[in-house]
Amino acid sequence: MLLIDCPHCGPRAQEEFGYDRTLDSLVRIEDAPDAAMAALYARANPRGEDDEIWRHTFGCRGWMVLRRDRVSHAILSVRPLGPEALP
Amino acid sequence: MTGPAARLTRPLVRFRFDGRAYEARAGDTLAAALLANGVTLVARSFKYHRPRGIMAAGVEEPSALVTVGTGGRREPNTRATDVIVYDGLEAFSQNAWPSLDLDLGAVNGWLARLIPAGFYYKTFFGPPRRWMIYERFIRKAAGLGAPPVEPDPDGFAHRAAFCDLLVVGAGPAGLAAALAAAEAGQRVMLVEQDARVGGALLRDPVTIDGMAGVPWAEAAAQRIRMAGGRVLLRATANGYWDGNLVTVVERLAEPGQAPGASRLAQRLWKVRCGRVLLATGAIERPLAFAGNDRPGVMLSQAVRGYVRRFGVVPGRRAVIATSHDDGYRTAFALAEAGAEVVAVLDGRATPEGDLVERARARFPVFAAARPIATRTSGHRLAGVTAEVAGRTQAFAADLLAMAGGQTPVVHLHKQAGGELDWDEVTQAFVPGPSRQGQRSLGAAAGRSVLAAILAEAWEAGGGAARDFAVEDPCGPAQPAAAAVIPARLPGKAFVDFQNDVTLDDIDLAWREGYRSVEHLKRYTTLGMATDQGKTSNMAALARLAQAQGVAIPQAGLTTFRPPYTPTTLGAFAGPAVGDHAGPVRRLRLHAAHEALGAIWLPSGYWFRPRAYPQPGETPGEASLREARMVRSRVGLVDVSTLATFEIAGPDAAALLERVCATTVGRLAVGRGRYTFMLREDGLVFDDGTVWRIAEERFLLTSSTGGADRMAQHLSYVRNVLAPDLRVSVVNLQEHHCAAALAGPRATAVLERLTGDAAPLHMHCHRTAIAGTAVLVLAASYSGERAFEVYAPGDRIAAVWAALLAAAQEAGGGAYGLDAMDHLRVEKGHVVVGAEVDGRGTPADLGLGGMVRKAGGFVGWQGLQRPVLADPAGRRHLVGVESLAGPLPEGAMLVGRAGDEPQGHVTTAAPRVAGEGWIGLALLRDGASRHGETLHAWSATRGLDVPVRIGPPLFYDPEGARYRD
Amino acid sequence: MSGRYSALALLRGALGGHRHWGRAWRAAEPDGPYDVVVIGGGGHGLATAYYLASQHGVRKVAVVEKGWIGGGNTGRNTTIVRSNYRQPQLQRLLEHSLKLWEGLSDELNYNVMFSPRGALFLGHSDADMTRLAERGDSLRAMGIDAELLDLAAVRRLVPLLDCSPTARWPVQGGLIQRRGGTARHDAVAWGYARAADRLGVDIIENCEVTGFTRQGDAVTGVETTRGTIAAGKVAICVAGHSGHVAGLAGIRLPIESHTLQAYVTEPVKPMIDTVIMSQSLHCYISQSDKGGIVAGGDPDGFPSYAQRGQPMRLEDAIAQAIALVPALSRLRMVRCWSGVTDMSFDGSPIIGDLPLRNLHLNGGWCYGGFKATPGSGHLYAHHLATGSPHPIAAPFDLARFAVGRTIDEAGVGPMPQHR
Ligand SMILES: Cc1cc2nc3c(=O)[nH]c(=O)nc-3n(C[C@H](O)[C@H](O)[C@H](O)COP(=O)(O)OP(=O)(O)OC[C@H]3O[C@@H](n4cnc5c(N)ncnc54)[C@H](O)[C@@H]3O)c2cc1C
Ligand SMILES: [Zn+2]
Repeated sequence: MLLIDCPHCGPRAQEEFGYDRTLDSLVRIEDAPDAAMAALYARANPRGEDDEIWRHTFGCRGWMVLRRDRVSHAILSVRPLGPEALP
Repeated sequence: MTGPAARLTRPLVRFRFDGRAYEARAGDTLAAALLANGVTLVARSFKYHRPRGIMAAGVEEPSALVTVGTGGRREPNTRATDVIVYDGLEAFSQNAWPSLDLDLGAVNGWLARLIPAGFYYKTFFGPPRRWMIYERFIRKAAGLGAPPVEPDPDGFAHRAAFCDLLVVGAGPAGLAAALAAAEAGQRVMLVEQDARVGGALLRDPVTIDGMAGVPWAEAAAQRIRMAGGRVLLRATANGYWDGNLVTVVERLAEPGQAPGASRLAQRLWKVRCGRVLLATGAIERPLAFAGNDRPGVMLSQAVRGYVRRFGVVPGRRAVIATSHDDGYRTAFALAEAGAEVVAVLDGRATPEGDLVERARARFPVFAAARPIATRTSGHRLAGVTAEVAGRTQAFAADLLAMAGGQTPVVHLHKQAGGELDWDEVTQAFVPGPSRQGQRSLGAAAGRSVLAAILAEAWEAGGGAARDFAVEDPCGPAQPAAAAVIPARLPGKAFVDFQNDVTLDDIDLAWREGYRSVEHLKRYTTLGMATDQGKTSNMAALARLAQAQGVAIPQAGLTTFRPPYTPTTLGAFAGPAVGDHAGPVRRLRLHAAHEALGAIWLPSGYWFRPRAYPQPGETPGEASLREARMVRSRVGLVDVSTLATFEIAGPDAAALLERVCATTVGRLAVGRGRYTFMLREDGLVFDDGTVWRIAEERFLLTSSTGGADRMAQHLSYVRNVLAPDLRVSVVNLQEHHCAAALAGPRATAVLERLTGDAAPLHMHCHRTAIAGTAVLVLAASYSGERAFEVYAPGDRIAAVWAALLAAAQEAGGGAYGLDAMDHLRVEKGHVVVGAEVDGRGTPADLGLGGMVRKAGGFVGWQGLQRPVLADPAGRRHLVGVESLAGPLPEGAMLVGRAGDEPQGHVTTAAPRVAGEGWIGLALLRDGASRHGETLHAWSATRGLDVPVRIGPPLFYDPEGARYRD
Repeated sequence: MSGRYSALALLRGALGGHRHWGRAWRAAEPDGPYDVVVIGGGGHGLATAYYLASQHGVRKVAVVEKGWIGGGNTGRNTTIVRSNYRQPQLQRLLEHSLKLWEGLSDELNYNVMFSPRGALFLGHSDADMTRLAERGDSLRAMGIDAELLDLAAVRRLVPLLDCSPTARWPVQGGLIQRRGGTARHDAVAWGYARAADRLGVDIIENCEVTGFTRQGDAVTGVETTRGTIAAGKVAICVAGHSGHVAGLAGIRLPIESHTLQAYVTEPVKPMIDTVIMSQSLHCYISQSDKGGIVAGGDPDGFPSYAQRGQPMRLEDAIAQAIALVPALSRLRMVRCWSGVTDMSFDGSPIIGDLPLRNLHLNGGWCYGGFKATPGSGHLYAHHLATGSPHPIAAPFDLARFAVGRTIDEAGVGPMPQHR
């Protein structure tokens, strides 16, 4: 079970968190339809690292961006999801 | 004191095996107790039903599987070597009929040549039904023990723990490491699957720092505890997961045993570790020769364990077959206990060393010698045929102790993502680089010299470098060389004893091209038995390597998967069974509903009143009566489970505009509107109402079932999509309860209670009921004039009581969910889960006109996609009216029974106002098909009801009844 | 030489020490150019190759597999075979497959142990029962078998089920597809491999595709750990690795790879004779012919290529299995494992063309593609051989996401972690 270092709560068990989506699949309300559908449906899904949006659903309920290796399950960084973390 | 004399000092314990009463000594494993009683035939093998005895002394035992316990505590397939005898233990042999002694299944053994590995892939052809007939017999014949049929009477607990250091295995290495760490002030956990600490010290009489091994071990454990460490016995680290999480299963009761006061059979520890040291020991390898599975053929270390630890001598005349020094230790132990060692067969061409020399002086030692066959009498070993320097020689013997090398227990290291290295000397895989910082010690790391093991473990635990004085009467152990598997062997030489996989099977699999280890394993079932291949995998690999003409590491390696030893499902489930299988959410007003005679309807985790039947009423009659009460007078329903959010701040409207697909920003203060929300793909996922309580304060309600999803969605939009908005979202459902008052007399009832004029339809205001400040939203779901009254949770009882009393006075009363459903069907209101199924657009649901054309909300882009934008060919919401009796909910809409469906009835209900049945449906191109007659066809229920399609609105189409 | 399999052949083997059996499939070396190179030696890839050769006469076919055939999800799944889905497109697809299952052992001359022991969905509430009836009615209207069972009938079928009204999730009834059941997963891979091999298909193991060779917007072959292999068409069939392999061609898919776990208990005598599934409880249970209880639950819920699961999902699945069948509590898990599943963004597979010429995809089967193995291979082969989709497979094209023609069985939308 992964150990996620919540920027707000510190290291907590993964079962308190929920994965939402990858950072690059973010659909902004302002996006044009084609761009939005591309972000939504065309996923990189790399066999390696990616940036993912997670939420500490059963904790502080805060949002964060994990840089995670999908093969080793290593978590390389956790950033709070603020405007600066967004693409 | 060890050995048979010490045995007699331990208290007597009584147990039964196959109905016969026996005596054991406290601390015996069932295997030790059976051996002590001369019971050597214990089990039958999986496939050939070969008579089997006890081969090992630990969790690696492949053969001696028995059923222990009765009723809901029956545990089939229990290794006799892994249950400590308790008073009253009941064990039974399994997989044998009519009896263990005379098992008809043994015919499979005679048919062995017909049924080699994978035979079933090559026969039993024909239609599936024919295979099902064969399968019935195959299933009966397979499957070892009989399962319990009763629920488990005992409990299982989960417990979280944290430590700086977890040490797995309380042999000398584990003890030394844990002790060093504990005394250095670390938080230490030491877990041991056995009932005693000591590990190898329990079988080998060494002294450490002048102390005998076992007392040294016990003293070390004591010191660890004194230093604040936790030592768990009967506790198996069974899984090493990501994030340095190790699960440990602690047995609080033995298999089949009634637990103590805690009523817990086992406890699953989830240990989040700073560091992990694995001192899990090594497992002895069997030798391959014909008849190596006979009762009386045992692993060498196991034999020594039985003699020294339990004082049980498993045979009187022993042959030792060994590939390294270990066999000699067993020879001395047996001789010490009074058994005769008739031969030591050493596979090495020129065995040498002090131990060998001393053995030569006492026993007949044969070099370049190996067993090639066994002889039995009455299911037990009677003799051993050996090849000695190329010549055959026979020995009479009732015990054969075999030592074919050592396999370090690397399971947890591998589970943790570690790699393995190959050790040429011992022909074994040893732990290599680790991924989670785990480190292996002692025999698990392929080490054999105790003094060095202790020193290394001490340092690994964090102690300052030091030496340990070790005395071993047999001299320091040498690395355990592995036996070489002969290229050709006559007869059945078993590799996987439980699944009856022989060397021939492996050779066959190879011939047929099942050459990767995984193919081999799956084709022959090798290593797939309950012993998980602990004694078989290396031999199989060696054989594979031989066939390939490569070194073993090139032949490959199978994966090691949790659990390390088979683990009771109940332990994984923990307390989440029975009533705790899912949480129960009770309404704040549960007791009030109960008092009214409510029957309950599960709704997610909630239980909500379905109806309040009067004596003699069916639920259906009750809900129709309740619905009619609402249409004609007034009714009160508990709507506390609705998702409710307060959205406040200068940008509250801006947030709602992003969430809702309808216009909300221009809502006047004190007004409300129906709304719905889309997913990013443009499809409707929930609906509700939105209210402007104050300029910068809104209330959003949505469906009960979607409450968690909506909370998540709001948080996402607010924090991820619109982090700059000045707005807060509070989930009010956790704080507030609500009751809805509906019916032509609702206004009067409300006004009498509040003294205020009731709000107009889709208006809201604050007032008071029963001395409680409440918020009243005038929204109608039933189609009648209606009000949702919100009050703080701790005040709802009083508010409900006042509303109910007033409603009753006005000729009304409480109504349940079914009545509410009937009412809303008449009005064509959609429900999440039925009409809103996650596949419809707003237009599909007749809501297209409400969508904000300019976009600016989640899902607007998805909605532009051509297939969503074009209503043609889509399923539209329609009303259906039965032309003949009750309408089956869920039925297909077809032109004629037998045709392909064009849609289906999502909800059906009796008419409240009037007679007959109506429903809502999703129908292809339905919007343009009003007036058509179709059939609601339910083939599974044998119903075919003609229906007329129409608009989804059956009652008061102008909405006159809820407007003022 | 690998002779035909039969009881008689076994008898002959018994007399001759089983020395006459040859390899089930040759260890082929890359020998391009091929008409079609299928990437992925799982059930789907092998079936595709087999049908290409047997139905369409395309014999210059290679299956390249990075490890050993059947080692992916084919050899890791809980082997439930059924066609009782709700969406008509899926019903057609899986019924096509189920019909092929029914004759598969004979067709392949390899006993895949397809065991139509019944696939039973449990209903735990009136709402559940309505949705089951709806599903059943829709199936029957498509000519697919479905039978609604009341509580007594369910209890007769699975006597060990907790049918008490006080159970936390009381059982009210069920919907059974009697033609559904289980099959032996390994045998499916091996059977197709052997049959394809006999038709000349090259099965090349330990050969990982690491890139594509291209000419303009057309793919001309694959780069592998065993060299470049030229091909007229390249057919991706790599399940959980779809995203990665398509990525090698610069293509992004509506697929995310997630972990799904399963477990098996020690073998016991027969206790559960049918396949039990509960959608409200998210678990499914059956008993293998060997006697082990095979079961699973929900995916782990976040992207992963690790084939390594997290314990709490396992615990949930087990707790729910015990809630249904309390007698399971004392059985012991002997193994648990995980597979990398290709979670598509509407939960349905993608079968068809990719934006590059001569490159095709069959993937996105999520956690439910084993049952489709014969049908999927059959339809994909049709597509590869004829250049246009089979009518049954046509709705499952990649373009459906862009135009909004998604086929969403669960109605969950583009959120694989909630499927
Ligand atoms: C735990 C679990 C339980 C399941 N239960 C069921 C069930 O009960 N019923 C059901 O119908 N479905 C079930 N499924 C789903 C089912 O297993 C899959 O959908 C199906 O097996 C996919 O088939 P496949 O042949 O394409 O995949 P696989 O067998 O995974 O084959 C893909 C192959 O491609 C290979 N490959 C990948 N990348 C490359 C490369 N670059 N080069 C060469 N080769 C490559 C892989 O090694 C693999 O062998 C389950 C899945 C899991 C994980
Ligand atoms: Zn937090």
